[in-house]
Parts: sequence; structure tokens; C-alpha cells
Amino acid sequence: MTEPRELGGHAAMHEPLGLVVVGAGPAGMAAAATALDGGLRVALVDAGSAPGGQFWRHPPDDARDALPTEDLHHDLRTYRALRTTLAAHERTGRLILLLDHHVWTAARAADGFTVHAVDRGRPPEERAVVLRAPALLVATGAYDRQLPFPGWDLPGVLTAGGLQSLLKGGGAVAGRRVVLGGTGPFLLPVATALAARGAEVVAVCEAAAPSAWLRHPAPLLRNPAKWAEAAGYAGTLARYRIPLRTRTGIVGAEGDGRDGRVAVVRTASLDADGAPLPGTERRIEADTVGVGWGFVPQLDLLLPLGCGLADAGDGTTAAAVDAGQRTTVPGLYAAGETCGVGGAALALSEGRVAAVSVLTDLSAPGRPGVRPLAAERRSVARHRAFARAMAQAHPLPSAWPAWLTDDTTVCRCEEVTAGAVHAVRDGGPATDHRQVKQLTRAGMGWCQGRMCGPAVHCLVAARTEPYTPAERLIATPVTLGALADSVDSPTDATSSEPT
Amino acid sequence: MTRAAAETDVPTAPAFTVDGEPLAFVPGQTLAAALVASGRVAWRTTRGGQRPRGVFCGIGVCYDCLVTVDGRRGQRACLVRARAGMAVTTGEGDDD
Repeated sequence: MTEPRELGGHAAMHEPLGLVVVGAGPAGMAAAATALDGGLRVALVDAGSAPGGQFWRHPPDDARDALPTEDLHHDLRTYRALRTTLAAHERTGRLILLLDHHVWTAARAADGFTVHAVDRGRPPEERAVVLRAPALLVATGAYDRQLPFPGWDLPGVLTAGGLQSLLKGGGAVAGRRVVLGGTGPFLLPVATALAARGAEVVAVCEAAAPSAWLRHPAPLLRNPAKWAEAAGYAGTLARYRIPLRTRTGIVGAEGDGRDGRVAVVRTASLDADGAPLPGTERRIEADTVGVGWGFVPQLDLLLPLGCGLADAGDGTTAAAVDAGQRTTVPGLYAAGETCGVGGAALALSEGRVAAVSVLTDLSAPGRPGVRPLAAERRSVARHRAFARAMAQAHPLPSAWPAWLTDDTTVCRCEEVTAGAVHAVRDGGPATDHRQVKQLTRAGMGWCQGRMCGPAVHCLVAARTEPYTPAERLIATPVTLGALADSVDSPTDATSSEPT
Repeated sequence: MTRAAAETDVPTAPAFTVDGEPLAFVPGQTLAAALVASGRVAWRTTRGGQRPRGVFCGIGVCYDCLVTVDGRRGQRACLVRARAGMAVTTGEGDDD
């Protein structure tokens, strides 16, 4: 095996881990900080090169000066405070912060959980790391939900989150003339961030009607910070002269035939169901398109653990948790977008609540008092109500399949068309995305249905059913060498000191 | 191996090679961010339709941005941090 990683020689190193947190976004950072303050020894594991998750995605710490991205962020004060807390615990050896570590599975063990990761911090080397702890918190966030349209597989068409991650993590602007589309408030920070970095955002196409928010005023009124945020985006959009077109959809994209990159975006006004209104189609020149239809909770680690699920209310399935963020599996907790998409403020509160539950359930000394927990729980309830209102204001339009042609690619990996999916729906027995996968290979490729799953589900399943992703035993591809290491390597014996 | 390549480009900027051509990057960028910053959004063709693909999700979920890094195939360019001297090869076959 390779040299053991130097973690510092503090005595705390020899204490067993109390908690493994997977995902160092807002939920995971808040949970780890609270659990550490409460006296637990914690491992915080993330695939990224810096803590922050997607919301606070940053370049690696040693590249901050070369890649300034701080102006693209929100609530960095909280981020810095959490970093300070985590750094203090890392110095004493109570926190093991494992960045560039991809967790590929977690399993129940007699005394808790075993978490298997590969360290990809020194490519192309891959090193197996095994962590054991009585409690596991999964805070793996979410990824963009996509609905296919003709041309969505052209170069230059990205997810809205992809555009944002290139900006925040790498200072890279993906194009010069950008059209954004889909639904939900996330399109606005992407538009303003792109404009701030010099891209011309030609249009933001929001499928929902502007009045949709007003149908559920109460949760909005109880979250004044969200109003201020929305007003801030409106001002920024106006300053950069970015047109926000509501009840409008991107219904197609066309390449320029040279390198195949997108050159024209077709948009149309949508009726109340989301069907394009005849005669309203416009052709907009653009070299880049960003699309997002909300997000899908990342449940890859939770599903094989047998975690109970709940309808998230936005067409997706989330981890079912109690008021203390406990899943249905003893010792297993979830926080943030894995419990339903609701934004960073909610994720922070859920992370803190989850950590207090871990402290309580493990009876760790010095657990935080009850009052802050009550405040956090009120915060969770308030933000959950807001998230539900958002989901109802920004639904997937029921008529979106009207944009598809028979030759539109639905599964990007296996290049399965809408026509092929429709054929097994109309002519065969397929009534869910798993059956479509068996019959057409849609969802069988590299991404394992993460991109096409929600769309295939919409095309074949009853509309009232939320999308539940297929169970994937391995959450990220790992080499056979790393697999072998994790089975019989010395790391297994010294679980709290990854080597 | 490719220190020379880095020096023939911009002297101060580190570089990796893409199919043998040097590409300068800002330390901290992923391979995908460096490629995108240089104007490239596609670097692979699909097995079936021979269609161009590159960065799509940007966060390691879609596997559209696969490249070979120092001989290791199937690496997601959006997750691999660029390092000076890396040899990246693109094109067909990375989705085998």
C-alpha cells in the first residue's frame, strides 16, 4: 500500500469516529461543525477539491488568488464561519476532512456503517479509503433535472448548474451569447453570474407564469429574505438588460454544421400546460444554452441502505426523515437536498438539526442546548413550506413531451430516441423507467439514468407518481484495484486513519 | 515529460496536453474548465451516432465529458483537476 496519509499526531486521532458526513455542502458543513462542537470526532468526505458543495463551489484553497470567484457567491459570511470552525477542529485532529474523495458505497455494519471511498487527489492514482462510524449522515445534495428537447445533445448546451459550476469552480465562462431556460429561481443567479463575467445573456426563458408565486402567498410572506433575494436578482437582470420571458420555453436548438456547436435556439410561448403556442416561435442566435428544471435529490448512497423514501412534492423522491433528520434506518441521517430540494438556508438548518440528533442518539457529552434546536426546527419548517410553494409555482409543464420529435435523443449515453421510448410505451408493457431501460437501453449507459431518468419517467409513468431513481450499487465508477484494496487492505483495519 | 510543452506556451502558465497539443490552464481549474476557457465545449464522439459531446452537467453526473488521462480511460474532465504535464487524449472510445 501507499504511504499513510499524514493527519497530524494529535491524541484525538486515536479516538474512534463518531460520525461520517458524506457531502461538504451547506448541510454537511453545518452538520459537521455542530457535531464537532458537541464533542464528536467526525470525518467529512467530499468529491470536490474545496468544501462548499455546489452552492458554495470554490476553486481549491491554493488557487483562490488565481481564480477569484467570491463575487459570484451568496452568504459567504456563513461559509467562512463554518470553514473557521472546521479548520479549528481539523487542527486538533477531531475533524478528518477528506476532499477529492469519491464515496462509492456505504453499508450497514454490526456497529454502524462502513463507508467506502476512493481518494482521487493525486490522479491517476486511486487509493481506497474505508471509514467506520456508528452514525452516518448523507448530505449529497442534488443535480439538475433535465427535460430533453431537439438539439439538447449539441455541444454548447449545458445544464444551468454546469454553467454555474464552471464559473464558480474554475472561473470559466462557457460562451459569449447565452440563452437560459427551464423553470425555477436557480436560473436567475446563473444569469447574473454569467453576465457579471462578461457573457451576453440573451434571454431567460421561464416556463412558469409570473403569477404562479402569488397562488401561495403565505410561505413567501414568512420568508422576507427570499423576497429581498428575488428583488436583488430583478435589479441585476435589469442592470445587465437581461430579458426574463415567463411562460416561455426552449423548444429546440440547432447546430451550425461546422463544429456542431449550438448556433440557434428556438423558443416559444407556452400555454398553461406547457405546450408551445402556434405562431409564437422565435429563433435566437446563441452559442451557449443552459437548461434546468429544478433538481433531483442525489440518493445513490441512501437507496442501497434501504432508506425509506418520501414524495418530495416536486415530482422527485427524497429521503424520508423525521423532525430530527433521522431516516428510517437507525443511525442513518440525511440533510439538505437529499431530503427534498429547498436551498442552502434550509440545508444549513437541517444539517444542524441532524447533528444534534446524532449527538442525542449517541449520548455524546456536551450536546447543545434545546433552545437553538427549537429555532433551527422552526427554520426548517419555514423553509420547507417555502420550498413546497416554489415547487408548486415551478412545476414541470405537463405538455413538455410536445417539444419532442421521434428522433430527439432522450438517453444521451445510449442514444435512445423519444420514438424508441414511445414505441415500448405504446406497443409494449413498459409503465416505468426501469422497464424502458430493459427494453430500449435508456438509462443503461455511463450516467445510469441520472440524466434521462426523470424524463423517461414522465413519458411512461402515471403523472401522480414521483420519480424514484434506480438503485445503483456503486455510486461512482472505481477501478478494480481500488475495489480490491478496500476488501483486504490495511485501511480496513485502521478505519479511522485512512491510508 | 511535458515540462517542455508548458514552457513553449505561455512561460508563466502551466499546461497539460490535449491530444499532444499544449493547453494552458489556471491552477485550480479542472480539465473541463480549462478546455471551456479555451473555447472548446466538445471533445468526444458518441459510439452510436458519432455525435460530438463534451461538458454538459459540469458536476460529474452525466459522464459526457469523458477523456483519457495519462492512459487511464473514462475520466470525467469536469472532476479531474488539471496538473502541469498531464497527457489528456480525447475522441472516440472513451465511453466504451
